[in-house]
Amino acid sequence: MSASPSSQSDVQLEEILIHTIAGMLDGLRHVAVGASSPVPGAAALLARARSGERTRVSVLGSEDHNFFTDGGKELFDCAGQGRIDAFFLSGAQIDGNANINLVSIGDPDRPKARFPGSFGSGYLYYVVPRVILFRLEHTKRTLVEQVDFISAPGFSEPNVYRPGGPFAMITDRCLFDVDKERRRFVLKSVHPGETVESIAENTGFDYDVPDAVPTTPLPDAETLALMRGRIAGEIAEIYPSFAKRVFGLEKAA
Amino acid sequence: MTELVTGLDALAAKVTDGAKIALPPDYSGCANALWRAVIRRGVRDLHLVGVPVFGYHGDLLIGAGCVNVAETSAVTLGEHGLAPRFTAAVKAGSITVKDATCPAIHAGLQAAERGAPFSVMRGLIGSDILARRDDWKVIDNPFAENDPVVAIPALTPDLAVFHAAKADRHGNVWIGVRRELMVMAHAARDTLVTVEEIVDGDLMADPATKAGTIPGLYVTAMAEAREGSWPQGLPATDLVPDHAHLARYAQMAKTEEGFAAYLAEVVTGREAAE
Repeated sequence: MSASPSSQSDVQLEEILIHTIAGMLDGLRHVAVGASSPVPGAAALLARARSGERTRVSVLGSEDHNFFTDGGKELFDCAGQGRIDAFFLSGAQIDGNANINLVSIGDPDRPKARFPGSFGSGYLYYVVPRVILFRLEHTKRTLVEQVDFISAPGFSEPNVYRPGGPFAMITDRCLFDVDKERRRFVLKSVHPGETVESIAENTGFDYDVPDAVPTTPLPDAETLALMRGRIAGEIAEIYPSFAKRVFGLEKAA
Repeated sequence: MTELVTGLDALAAKVTDGAKIALPPDYSGCANALWRAVIRRGVRDLHLVGVPVFGYHGDLLIGAGCVNVAETSAVTLGEHGLAPRFTAAVKAGSITVKDATCPAIHAGLQAAERGAPFSVMRGLIGSDILARRDDWKVIDNPFAENDPVVAIPALTPDLAVFHAAKADRHGNVWIGVRRELMVMAHAARDTLVTVEEIVDGDLMADPATKAGTIPGLYVTAMAEAREGSWPQGLPATDLVPDHAHLARYAQMAKTEEGFAAYLAEVVTGREAAE
């Protein structure tokens, strides 16, 4: 890899996120992508392209990048058997214990805000070893001390079957690692333009801050070219608006 | 025998008030032309079951006042955002939501299709999804020590309703790899299907089509409806989602007035065409 680093000015935030997530997927056997996940979807497709097609990727809602033949249940059956290494979950709220809320704010029977629902999180968070949390609005409103509704808990009692759980959390401001022993987030890197202080100002829960927190690396020119070419075309099948907004791509008929 | 009916109104008449109805997600096969006919009939009190989620068609039914229970893992318009009528109805308390997680819906339907009282599954323990479902129980795994699992009772819809590419005159319906439609048809008491085309011959004659075909045994009644999934697409056909229309729906349905205008234009206004 002799590609030179790209200049910061022409790299978009989404491209940094895609690159960062893809780095957590390299070498895995099978990565699955769920609903409303254009950035993780692009990251998974990037990891697959870089693996020489050794990493399998299944994208929910895709006809071109989904090899399941047994209907909607197969993703979950596959995950339950341990055949899926990584998955992505978000939350209207995510708290410092890595609990996620995809349902509502306030009383669930008469909520102040209602979101689509928990999707597969009430299962996949428990059984997929490497669940990468993503929340592309990093504020005290979204990253809270305690969620209003637990779609799926970050951690479980010792007698609950739990081979899976949180591996990392990426936001539009930073990347957190997860300390599974201490059940806490640890600030790993801040995206360009952010600081340790700006993360603290915008985060509603406690987390650990190491002495040195680097800036999240930018994708190199080769990675950017792959993302803006092949990956943009692939993700446009499922997320045409995203592909148009980020990569300026219209879906081919 | 599968009843072949002519015209969507005759099929819509079989969707009765209070029915529990299994619906596919937007990327599977949605019988949207049929749902427009059902709304025109003014059906009430439906219990929608998303398999495992639903989108545009469920939001349309909720907005039109046809629904009192939504049992689903999510309601979403995908890239077009929140389902506005679902969101408004939940906030107003005018529908009851039975929140689920995707594999729990599949587990309930699979118990129903095999005639078993329940399925068991991992996950869910410690979630508010489980805490709010009195009908699901945590039980001990009888084959291990100290291993709680969740029992999901059989989920038996009155009706499974969907759209598919083709069927033959025996009522065999080709669904390709969209096998959640197969599970829905197995689990439901009755199944209503619209298809792009009723073809001559027997879809069971060729193993290549037979593998992706629901036997007529499970199909109560069906009708032809060209572009019957519009504004959604249909897998394994040339029909793709009409994203411009869906974006317009998402915008108009944000207010009650906008939704009423949408219904007048797209649902009641399409009667002659459908």
